[in-house]
Amino acid sequence: MSVPLHFEVNGKPVAIEVEPRLTLADCLRHRLRLTGTHVGCEHGVCGACTVLVDGDAVRACLMLAVQAEGAKVVTIEGLSHDAHLTPLQASFRKHHALQCGFCTPGMITTAHALLSEEPHCDAARVREVLSGNLCRCTGYVSIVEAVLAARVAYQKKDGPGA
Amino acid sequence: MKPNNALIGSPIERLEDLRFTRGRGEYVDDLTRVGLLHATILRSSVAHGRIRSIDADAARILPHVHSVFTAADIGNPVPIIPMRLHPLPELQPFEQPVMAYDKVRYVGEPIAIVLAESAAIAEDALAAIAVDIEPLPAVTGCGGSDERLFDAHGTNLALTYTAAKGDAAAAFADAPYTRREKFAVQRHTALPMEPRGVMAEWDTARGRLTVWGAAKVPFFNRRILARQIGLPEASIELVENDVGGGFGARGEFYPEDFLIPFAARRVGRPVKWIEDRREHLMAINHARESECDIEIACSRDGTILALRGHAATNMGAYLRTNGAVGARNIVQFMSGPYRVPNIDLTVSMWMTNKTPVGTYRGPGRFETDFFRERLFDMVARDLGIDRVEFRRRNLVAPTEMPYALATITPYEHKDELDSGDYQTTLDRCLQEIGWKEKIALNGKETDGRYHGLAVGCFVEGGAAGPKETARLVLEPNGSFSVYVGSSAVGQGLETAFAQIAGDALEVPLERISGVFHGSTAHVSDGYGSYHSRAVVMGGSAILDAAANLRTRIRVEAAARFDCAPEQVELVAGGTAVGPQGKSIAFSELAGDGLSAEGTFFNKKHTWGYGAHAAHVSVDPKTGQVDLIDYMAVEDCGRVINPLMLHGQVIGAVVQGLGGAFLEHLVYDEQGQLLTGSLADYLVPTASDFPRIRAQVMGTHPSPINPLGAKGAGEGGIIPVGGVMANAVAAALSSFGVEPHALPLTPPTIWQLMEPARR
Repeated sequence: MSVPLHFEVNGKPVAIEVEPRLTLADCLRHRLRLTGTHVGCEHGVCGACTVLVDGDAVRACLMLAVQAEGAKVVTIEGLSHDAHLTPLQASFRKHHALQCGFCTPGMITTAHALLSEEPHCDAARVREVLSGNLCRCTGYVSIVEAVLAARVAYQKKDGPGA
Repeated sequence: MKPNNALIGSPIERLEDLRFTRGRGEYVDDLTRVGLLHATILRSSVAHGRIRSIDADAARILPHVHSVFTAADIGNPVPIIPMRLHPLPELQPFEQPVMAYDKVRYVGEPIAIVLAESAAIAEDALAAIAVDIEPLPAVTGCGGSDERLFDAHGTNLALTYTAAKGDAAAAFADAPYTRREKFAVQRHTALPMEPRGVMAEWDTARGRLTVWGAAKVPFFNRRILARQIGLPEASIELVENDVGGGFGARGEFYPEDFLIPFAARRVGRPVKWIEDRREHLMAINHARESECDIEIACSRDGTILALRGHAATNMGAYLRTNGAVGARNIVQFMSGPYRVPNIDLTVSMWMTNKTPVGTYRGPGRFETDFFRERLFDMVARDLGIDRVEFRRRNLVAPTEMPYALATITPYEHKDELDSGDYQTTLDRCLQEIGWKEKIALNGKETDGRYHGLAVGCFVEGGAAGPKETARLVLEPNGSFSVYVGSSAVGQGLETAFAQIAGDALEVPLERISGVFHGSTAHVSDGYGSYHSRAVVMGGSAILDAAANLRTRIRVEAAARFDCAPEQVELVAGGTAVGPQGKSIAFSELAGDGLSAEGTFFNKKHTWGYGAHAAHVSVDPKTGQVDLIDYMAVEDCGRVINPLMLHGQVIGAVVQGLGGAFLEHLVYDEQGQLLTGSLADYLVPTASDFPRIRAQVMGTHPSPINPLGAKGAGEGGIIPVGGVMANAVAAALSSFGVEPHALPLTPPTIWQLMEPARR
């Protein structure tokens, strides 16, 4: 049994038929082939599948695709450009805030949502918000540094969070 | 050859990050094929039992289910997964079949595989398979039991290793001071963030099998698969995609590494299997579960005279590819960076009804450093010697290098520490943590919390042989491609190797057009990435390949210049210059691609070394530990990329903190795994340990390889358990708290304080 689903992904309208039990994560990855959203636990703990749904950081493994009806979904692909890294991505690279890269899209979408709302947040706030995203490689120190260093870009009026 | 130093040693931003930060990595589950079938594995829910029957007929007829295979479909005998490291004949009886056929021996053991048009349908079908298992009592601990895992083997004891040096019995007989203690480390696991996955495709027309999702040791795994599946190695290609973390566990040959290729070949369609986290926690190698009863002998001035005792490791149900490594390392490396002239240690490997074990970053070393460093703090206090001074007196001195470690039997394996000045990293570590200033706080209560400091020293072995292969290609556009048998598991291999190749070829980083690693198609033979070997082995092979390629370029240029190759000079940046000022760009010499292979052979190990120190405070009301400061200092010989190494050290420390405080694979008496999700199996999060610092030194290059590099990246985890337990003991000395086991959870610490409260 499939049901129709209409939503917007990375600024483009999507109209597909999905099984009601399909998660948003699997829908994005396997139906829309947006494989930058990663699935690390399927029970909402690791945060690797974090995407933006109407601007909020959401675990795509805990949401059914049909629940995204009418929503605006942004994935790591929608936060990226071909020509250059965004200030947040460049900051991750500069601070060596990733190793294997598997948690990175979730980290970046979560941090983007945070900095868009709170561009002046402090280290404790960054750690609090990122505590829902597991990283097994970095020990988080460099991730926190990278997010803090990227704040300045989001503090501009026309910054990435605008 | 000696490469110049433009790229090596620079904190170059990683090449990999350009794709990873944009979600453009390509992990195995990101791949698909036309006509793909999805596999799920039916796993035993019983820890120990005899299989009476398996009836999969109801599952087979479900809509969109393609097929179900059990051991009976695989054939007789069911293929066995051989050991990769330390494949002693005594251990063969305990190797794992790719699927259970007579008995099940752990919860999670594969019983059947389902192929269906979607992963969800395949998962649904698992419920339709009827399995009748006669349960047997589960063996969950080390030691004697009436119940046998392997009927043909009269005991659950697989093997006892001995580590020996000098004459421990004589040293103990005359010793003025001895102390004997028991310690234990809990079962935990590497937990890479990307679950495992395998995709396979059989090309009937060409008779070729392609397998994606390989990691760590693809060439070795291809050898196993070829033998199991009855194909020549040349007909199988293992492809290494981006890998979401390894830490020792991922990439070893697991049952699924046979089952998925087998299924793809049998049905003639591509098949993919992606592990979910629950099955990951019961299927991937576990590690670390061990206990010991050890004794130390010292002179009154704190000079260590001897170590002796016994350790036991809980191996789980089978001996997997590298299952023996942790056990042997516990006894061979118990002496660590210290001078211990007499050693008599044994370790017994016990088969139990738990998930089989394998290596996890710093295998055996994390455990044995906890045992040793914990014991040292007790000894120093007994003898009235400062803890730091006790360590100083016993660290191996530079003049004693190379320093022999205990010899392991069976099979008479000797090893020796290669180089270094262990006092320097200890000094630096104490200075950085502010030991002198902070030590006044030790054991004191301020604002309701008790403060403690601890320091520990360690060595990190690396650079396992026997060899590695690299191939460099001068491309028609004048750039260079690097092909290497080392594997990437997320550690930044492409960047490190581009740096090494760039320096060796005297070209800027931009001229290295790609670093291709891991996959079996890239080089003639490869040994992969384990035992912190990739940079030393792969990097040194790249140096050799670069020298060979430069010779070829000279020969090509000499032919154009009509001179001898020796008359050709290669100028940095990519130009060949001959007599009378003739010159030609490399690109014009490349033809369709000029290629040279290089190898590096190695029988010795490199030994990074260092010291870690920590400052904690403990809440006596809850037993909760706050890590106020943590300092890791390591000398890894010549550093290729300090940015990457610094990050790997910190990452390793935090993994170690997980092992010290949080991570625990808990089983009940029936052998049921109770920690089957990330809500039960806790790993460090961003808010747990905010202040971790690291300094990487490169003052003592390794004498045993042309790069001067030492294996790095595992060292950061090795001393963490010991340092944290000692810091907690120091903080709670007024309560007489002496942790003998990890993890140091709040309830555990609270209970250790209880006797003093009464």
